[in-house]
Formats: sequence, structure tokens, C-alpha cells
Amino acid sequence: MSDVSKTIRARPTSPHLQVWRWHLTAITSIMHRITGVALYVGTLILAGWTIALAFGPEAYGTYMGLLGSPLGKLVLFGLSFAVFFHLAKGVQHLIWDTGAAFKLPLANAGAVATVAFALVATVVVWIIAAMTGAL
Amino acid sequence: MTDFRTPRSRAQGLGAAGHGVNHWIAERVSSVALIPLVLWGVFAVLRLARSDYEMAVAWLASPVNAVLLALLAVVSLMHMHSGMRVVVEDYIHRKLTKAGLLLLNLFVCALFGALALFSILKVALTGGAY
Repeated sequence: MSDVSKTIRARPTSPHLQVWRWHLTAITSIMHRITGVALYVGTLILAGWTIALAFGPEAYGTYMGLLGSPLGKLVLFGLSFAVFFHLAKGVQHLIWDTGAAFKLPLANAGAVATVAFALVATVVVWIIAAMTGAL
Repeated sequence: MTDFRTPRSRAQGLGAAGHGVNHWIAERVSSVALIPLVLWGVFAVLRLARSDYEMAVAWLASPVNAVLLALLAVVSLMHMHSGMRVVVEDYIHRKLTKAGLLLLNLFVCALFGALALFSILKVALTGGAY
């Protein structure tokens, strides 16, 4: 009898948002989508820049003033991170699309590389911006 | 009520439309194109961030800059249109809301694409506001 009770283990639970153990590949996967939606806004901001330029010096000055404001810089900082994150994770997805690199250690390494690249590239770009007087 | 149609006739045309592959491939092709375009775009933004109006106009007068910026805008808009379409299809299940959001997505992308292309051409060909 005691042997039987020892063999009973916790039954596997169904994967669902509330009982899901978060791991890096899942977090970077949903981050890919979130940064993609953020870049939707970012691309509209880029398109807005071309429109402001075509409207003339005044509109251009106003638009650049908005982008250069503290809030504008915060948005641009977030967008720069989103660009590099989405780029790196996108490359991992393209590799996955060929059927390669699905083994867990490789998938995890890709997720770590994505986060590392996004952080480093964002910091480097803003250091370059500060050094060239773009801030 | 008697239904005189055969099961095959009822099912015909309701299966896989065969269009999914095109959408999937278009997303991959645009993402590959965006790798160099976006890296160039970051470089361009760094340069333009310290430009005033005249410098920005002169920058866009270069054929290389004008064409690459136009490509970046158009390919980005195509890519984000298909990406947002998948997001809407994944999360929104009420028919009218879904159709409305899909239309809005398409119209926003098309509108901003047309505005950006016209603006780039105008500045590149006429040298600015005049």
C-alpha cells in the first residue's frame, strides 16, 4: 500500500496563462509581438517626419521639437530598444523557419542573445547620439 | 427540411483557401528586406537628429537617401500591416469588430504609405516647401 502512495506524483497541469511557468523563450516570444505593435506606432512617427518635412520649415521645426522633448526622447528610446529587439528576435524566427535551432539549449541561447543584443545596441546607439550631438 | 445538396457540395469552397502561404512568405520576404533597411534607418535617424530643416532637405535630395527612405517606409508599412493583421485575427473574435479593425489597419497603412511616398518625392524633387 505504501508503495502505491509513493508512486503517485503531482499530475501535470494544463498549460494556461495563470499556471504557466514563464521561461525566456515564452517571454521573448510575446515581447516580439509587443515590440512589433510598438514599432507600428514608430513607423507612423517616421512617416510623420517625412510629412512634416514636406509641409515646410515651420511644421518640421514643430515636429522635431516634439521628438526632442523629454517625452519624445523617452518614446524614441523605447522605440530604439523595440527596433533592435524585434530585429534580433526576427532573425531567430527566420532561422526557425528553416527548421533549424529548435533544440532547447539553442532556442534559449537565441533568446539570451536577443535580449543582450537589444540592450547593447540600444545603449550604443544612444551613446553615439550623445557623442555626435544628436541629443 | 430536406437538404438535397451532397456533403461534398456543402463543403466545397469552405476549406483552406490556399492563400495562407502567400501571406506567410510575404511576411518573411519583407522581414529579410527590412534587416538592412532598418539598420540603415537607425544610421539615418542618428544623422538627421542633429539636422535642421535645410540639412534634412539636402539629405533627402540625394537619390540614395530618398529611395532607401521610400523603401524603408513602404516595406515597413507592408510588414506591419501583415503583422497587425495576425494580431487582430488572433485576439478579436467578434465578426464586425474584427472586420472593422482589419479595414482600419489596411487604411492606416495605405494612407501613411501614400503620404510618406508623396512627401519624400516632393522634398526630393522640389527641394522642400517651395
